[in-house]
Amino acid sequence: MAERITLTFTLNGKPQTLAVHPMTRLLDMLREDLGLTGTKEGCGEGECGACAVLLDGRVVNSCLIPALQVEGCDLVTIEGLAMASGLHPVQAALLAHNGAQCGFCSPGMAISAADLLRRCPNPNHGQVKDALSGNLCRCTGYTKIVEAVQAAARSEA
Amino acid sequence: MRGFLPAMELQRPASLSEALQMLAAHTGRPFAGGTDLMVVYNAGKLRETRFLDIARLPELQGIRETPEYLDLGALCTFTELLAHPAIHRHFPNLVKSAKATGALAIQNRGTLGGNIANASPAADTPPCLLAYGAELELVSPRGTRVVPYESFHQGYKVMDLAADELVARIRVPKYSDTSVHYFRKVGTRQAQAIAKLSLALVAQVADGCIANLRIGLGAVAPAPVRARHAEGVLQGQPLADLPMVAALEALLADMSPIDDIRSTAHYRSTVTRNLLGQALRTLSATGN
Repeated sequence: MAERITLTFTLNGKPQTLAVHPMTRLLDMLREDLGLTGTKEGCGEGECGACAVLLDGRVVNSCLIPALQVEGCDLVTIEGLAMASGLHPVQAALLAHNGAQCGFCSPGMAISAADLLRRCPNPNHGQVKDALSGNLCRCTGYTKIVEAVQAAARSEA
Repeated sequence: MRGFLPAMELQRPASLSEALQMLAAHTGRPFAGGTDLMVVYNAGKLRETRFLDIARLPELQGIRETPEYLDLGALCTFTELLAHPAIHRHFPNLVKSAKATGALAIQNRGTLGGNIANASPAADTPPCLLAYGAELELVSPRGTRVVPYESFHQGYKVMDLAADELVARIRVPKYSDTSVHYFRKVGTRQAQAIAKLSLALVAQVADGCIANLRIGLGAVAPAPVRARHAEGVLQGQPLADLPMVAALEALLADMSPIDDIRSTAHYRSTVTRNLLGQALRTLSATGN
């Protein structure tokens, strides 16, 4: 049996140290060890994007990442997406444009959309769809979500 | 039902030489981006319990360009591939297949070496690497050897890879600017889907005839395969009068498709031939 390891990383801008099993899924570490339940578990196989977080500035599925691989990394979850000045523009736009119905996919959608706007501040419709293609929503039909992301882009521009 | 966490081990070797010694001592199996292994683990179907996290070994990273080829570290992610200008300039099929692998979150973690060593017959980049005539650099405590990728897969998840060997780097020779590159993956949807089938074709045109043709097939055999029968029929033939029917007939001998959750043998066989037809029409059009 593997010993627990002491993991050190940056979580939503603050240093974090935690004793975990090296193979603990990042998703479980967030939800169960750290109480950050904004990150959701959907499929558990990297298909749905409900568990998306930003690891060293890149979108990843936290259900596919063992804790050991987070050592030394900069991790941002949905809880850390809002800024001191208020909601992230993507979050504000999802609210304003009714981009959520049941809300289960929304944290992952917001993470992927925030990542897109960082890489590409003025995305066209196709680029938004492409960036969100790893995030499944079973309620909205996506139209409102894509509109929200484009509105967030305009508000930032 | 997920795998049993307390039974799992994941260690991080400090260096390549330590990783190779641990491999040789059967301390664990290689674990890189995790996009395949974690899916199996989460489903409770991962038989191995001991792994070595090789994801940060510097010797297995980076993309180096020489006049003759591109030398890709096995740990290159699909996102890293897509960010490199030389991939876009010389290997459009690798661009298409990397974009077709999962979606962004998978492309950010999944690695080219993992795509090869996971040995799924349905992986997206292997047919392209076959068509490009790639070579693999394998390292072990015993040294380094280079093998043609076309001889690497020997059956379903059977590889020319010893227990103490790692796929370290992938070398892909550049083709001339006048080459024709074709890749198409057929899946249930554009993003995320695992291939029902895929076909990659690369050819040069010399004096109006096909030269240096290579075709790689995905998800129609126990492993990614070259379509040698079809290639044999087409090699050297004039673009103006390609033996289309004979080539599609020969392609049947290159495939051994099965029925499974994603498709049927009949569909795979039929649509793979359709893709070859489309690729050959593309090729003919360039000759006019």
